[in-house]
Amino acid sequence: MKAMPKWADVLLVPLISLVIAFALSALVILAIGEDPIRAMELMVTGSLGSTYGWGYTLYYTTNFLLTGLAVSIAFQAKLFNIGGEGQAMIGGLGVALVCLFIPWPNWWLAMIAAILASALFGAMWAAIPAWLQAKAGSHIVITTIMFNFIAASLMNYLLSHVLRPTTSMDPATARFDNVLRLPRLHDILGLVGIDFSRSGPANIMLFIALAFCVLAYVLLWRTRLGFEIRAFGQSEAAAHYAGISSFKIIMVAMLISGALAGTMAVNSVMGGPQRLVMNAVEGAGFIGIAVALMGRSHPIGIIAPALLFGFLFQGGSELAIETSIPRDMIVIIQALVIMFTGALDNMVRRPLELLFLALRRRA
Amino acid sequence: MDIATFVQIFESTLRLATPLLFACLAGLFSERAGIFDIGLEGKLLVAAFFSASIAYVTGSAWLGLAAGIGASVLFSLIHGVASITFRGNQLISGVAINFLAAGMTVVVAQSWFQQGGRTPPLVGDARFDRLSLPFANALHDVPVVGQIYGQILNQHSILVYFGLFCVPLTWWVLYRTRFGLRLRAVGENPAAVDTAGISVVRLRYAAIVIAGVLCGIGGAYLSTALAAGFVKDMSAGRGYIALAALIFAKWRPWHALGAVLLFGMLEAIANRWPNLDLGIITLPNQFMTALPYILTVVILAGFVGKAIPPRAGGEPYVKER
Repeated sequence: MKAMPKWADVLLVPLISLVIAFALSALVILAIGEDPIRAMELMVTGSLGSTYGWGYTLYYTTNFLLTGLAVSIAFQAKLFNIGGEGQAMIGGLGVALVCLFIPWPNWWLAMIAAILASALFGAMWAAIPAWLQAKAGSHIVITTIMFNFIAASLMNYLLSHVLRPTTSMDPATARFDNVLRLPRLHDILGLVGIDFSRSGPANIMLFIALAFCVLAYVLLWRTRLGFEIRAFGQSEAAAHYAGISSFKIIMVAMLISGALAGTMAVNSVMGGPQRLVMNAVEGAGFIGIAVALMGRSHPIGIIAPALLFGFLFQGGSELAIETSIPRDMIVIIQALVIMFTGALDNMVRRPLELLFLALRRRA
Repeated sequence: MDIATFVQIFESTLRLATPLLFACLAGLFSERAGIFDIGLEGKLLVAAFFSASIAYVTGSAWLGLAAGIGASVLFSLIHGVASITFRGNQLISGVAINFLAAGMTVVVAQSWFQQGGRTPPLVGDARFDRLSLPFANALHDVPVVGQIYGQILNQHSILVYFGLFCVPLTWWVLYRTRFGLRLRAVGENPAAVDTAGISVVRLRYAAIVIAGVLCGIGGAYLSTALAAGFVKDMSAGRGYIALAALIFAKWRPWHALGAVLLFGMLEAIANRWPNLDLGIITLPNQFMTALPYILTVVILAGFVGKAIPPRAGGEPYVKER
């Protein structure tokens, strides 16, 4: 018999962790001489108070949905993919190549091609660490970290020497053709008569990312492969005994994970600045870790945390404009969320379990 | 390329290898005791910030060093509470520590100094001076000895020499003391150590505190000796390179020195020749930056021997009941 009911496990524990993380963040804000309540108000109005704010919040949410999903799928197979950052960078390369060198007649063909290319590139970047884990047994965490740095150097080189237009000093590609502009929420919601700000970059990729969440859920809980992935994640020995090939699961889970991280670039490159710039990923690969931990690595469970981090990301920018709190404040919040929902999980869980046991005994 | 260039390269190799060396030895103690430490990067960064700011405020590099060590040990203890006491995932805890350091240093620096996440430049006693070794001047013109002793090894901060001294010290502690034997055992087979009546928890805490102290010195070196002040993200991946060096060295102290000297030299070469012309091809700067990571992947792929980590690494120890 489990010590806690399921709702407590999936909702209460992450919520309490979140409250602790936020309380500590408020203390940090107090310590640097700012008012946490006013900071919270500014963040809420800045990110949720207008359709302009929502346009950015949902744009970031899209990034975090995809990277969070990427980390989650790997987590389900008990693989810790820290390489989402690098995989998304290389995914951006795929998007840029497809958008720059093929004359697409319309945006949706280009988008499908960009999704496929970014997924392929991202998966490729995850393939070597996966293979090293599966064959040589070298730790995936170490190799994916190394691949993040290699990706950063590679993109740095390509953007400053190869893909940069000769007329420009900026290490970035040329702007994509205007035909390739993805429909934004302004265009989409305009169809049903909802007035939405023109400037927020949230675009059609939001719906595609949500669709990917549903697909991932179906894959994990409604297919044989998904069952094998979860079985492998629960117990490698048992999975082996059941005839599940560890090589296959490690490769498949990491390839899917890398592909999902790669597709994030379609949003952040094609949907955002419409050209590939240095640091197009902006740490979204790492935020995916926090999102996956909070969402208990469940494809549907990560939707709320992705929105939360979208809110924090946009709210944090507003905060940096309005107050003396730097944007890096959200990195602290992100760190605390990872710490309390991930590493210090037992600290929250144990007392709760004891509490529930005590309550049950009395009943 | 003349001899003077070689001497310069070796001299800056030693300077650039020092922060890597401290971080690598820190990782060595921690991982040999069975605690993965992804958080080396964060500890270097937080130590660099606190030592630079305290050195600026007090005007003493030594007080700065103490503050850096204190901050780094505190971060180590957070890692310890998460991964030893609450048996959390050590990798996740390390990731959190890195982000905490990255965010915290900038936010606090902005609040204290209002200079966009940096400390004011350090001058005078707030930095570690370069030391002159005895007889270095007299030997300066002697061939070979003069170049090695008088130029490459001479004129470094005291922390560089202390770093070099830490290598035999680490070897001696790990392989010649009872504490070292137990430390290595707890990373391989904690149950056996526990059976012998020795506290696994205490040993592991000791290991991560040592790691904190070493990272603290490395971070202080970054901001108060190598550079003159703290700037945002100044550890610049050195904690991860140290992790790579640790794998390269297969968790052994003398090999760790070799590995960090190799990676330090790559950095020195990349600084000296942004685009290295090898005659046949020109290697871009970015390739040199990525080379430590590429080399580590090659090592991990098993092309050059096999890197086997301590067996109990990453596993929280649960006492049998």
